[in-house]
Amino acid sequence: MMEYGYYPGCSLHGTAKEFDLSIKESFTSLGLGLKEVEDWNCCGASSAHETSEELALALAVRILSQAEKAGQKTIVAPCAACYSRLKMANVEVAHDAGLRKRISHIIGQDYQGNVAVRHVTEIYKENKDRLAASVTKPLAGLKIASYYGCLLARPKAVVDWDDAENPTTMDELVTSLGAQALDWSHKTECCGASFSISRGDIAVRLVGDILGAAKLAGADAIAVACPLCQANLDMRQSAAERRNKTTYKLPIIYISQLIGLAQGKDAKALGLDKHMVGAEKVLEKLSAAPIPHGEKKPVAV
Amino acid sequence: MLQLNAETVHTCRDTIKRLSGEDVSRCFQCGKCTAGCPVAIDMDVTPNQVMRLAQINGRERVLASSTIWLCLSCETCSTRCPADIDIAKVMDTLRKISVAEGYPSPEPAITGFHRLFLASVEKYGRLNELELSIKHNLAIMKPTKDIRLAVGLFSKGKINPFGGKVKDRERVKKIFAESQRFVKVYPESIEREAE
Ligand code: SF4
Ligand code: SF4
Repeated sequence: MMEYGYYPGCSLHGTAKEFDLSIKESFTSLGLGLKEVEDWNCCGASSAHETSEELALALAVRILSQAEKAGQKTIVAPCAACYSRLKMANVEVAHDAGLRKRISHIIGQDYQGNVAVRHVTEIYKENKDRLAASVTKPLAGLKIASYYGCLLARPKAVVDWDDAENPTTMDELVTSLGAQALDWSHKTECCGASFSISRGDIAVRLVGDILGAAKLAGADAIAVACPLCQANLDMRQSAAERRNKTTYKLPIIYISQLIGLAQGKDAKALGLDKHMVGAEKVLEKLSAAPIPHGEKKPVAV
Repeated sequence: MLQLNAETVHTCRDTIKRLSGEDVSRCFQCGKCTAGCPVAIDMDVTPNQVMRLAQINGRERVLASSTIWLCLSCETCSTRCPADIDIAKVMDTLRKISVAEGYPSPEPAITGFHRLFLASVEKYGRLNELELSIKHNLAIMKPTKDIRLAVGLFSKGKINPFGGKVKDRERVKKIFAESQRFVKVYPESIEREAE
């Protein structure tokens, strides 16, 4: 069995628990293993980056170095922000031996630069044949707007496996699950998640724009692959509805949860009951019973 | 009014170039960066104006602007710039210079959030989401902000009240203590000449 190093990052151990759950569920069905990086720390996200270049690098490189020490050659980072930070750190230390030395000193351990950083959607894409073979309950009739957000397909120096302006990886994935991938306008518009707490007014405006665009395209749900996007689009949805005096009622579902559903897994085991905007309509549309609350009943399709 | 001075006109441009490798003099004011920026309407100086000001040493306006703090680092501008300038990186560099020179932040909620975020990481090695939002709401004197959301998250088991912790916390403390703001040297004296 192929086993990857796994960097969940802080969100997947907190507000994005269901992303973690559903990734693990879907990977098991694909015959892929995940092993957490030993004693990992926060990547520092944009806050470290905006304060100190060295701090941002040191936090990211410590994670990579921990993986290298354990012999992990590839780590999967599901959060688009972590993914971007880690991969950027790799690019920076690869280009500057002096910098690598200085950072190694700060983190108290060496890093040779031998750990590849990959996003979870990249892994799904690479295993698309296995993925197609694992589908037992196709998501027929479901219209999905795939939302990539700002950091999944950019910048070019980091993401070389998709198009920065019109990425298609998630669209291909949802198509292979039997759903309909929608062509829509806001695939890569930033949702302002980093202002969700500090400048909520801006975040709510951006969220409203994205939800409105998905609604216009006729989406049943939005597929995401970043915990920050999910939290922002889901948790700020009611505020965006109040602001724009409309209703969106658009469930924001992780791509891994959609994969799990198509693999016939229980909605609750995939954490579909953990979102603010419930996915009941989507499950009904898949001619399934509403999410079973309390009892562990498999979703019949 | 910005007075152009032949001796100092390129000071800001040169500093940015030294610290980020980006050359703002390549900008020819096409406006694409501003057109695609999701927060351009919230900024006091638009991204293309930042580029122009940086070219002609309008450093005060740029370093005191809300723009550098409102920039989400979404990279839309950098992806589209026909002159191949990594504008997001320039914004990033300007933020650091602004902090180094002690400019007050016109966006205290944002700068305060970053501070609290890092304080949490420094303490635990990982982010404690709950503690961060509580402290932030206290700092902006709206302790009950998002309280309904928090209750909802709790009931869905999405908040881990204790948060995760790194075992090797000594190392994390060391990383914070030893890291410097700029990787490259930042000779403040050169900057001061411009005044
Ligand atoms: S997109 Fe590039 S060239 Fe055009 S105004 Fe912005 S920085 Fe200047
Ligand atoms: S990176 Fe900053 S300046 Fe550029 S488009 Fe995004 S928010 Fe605007």
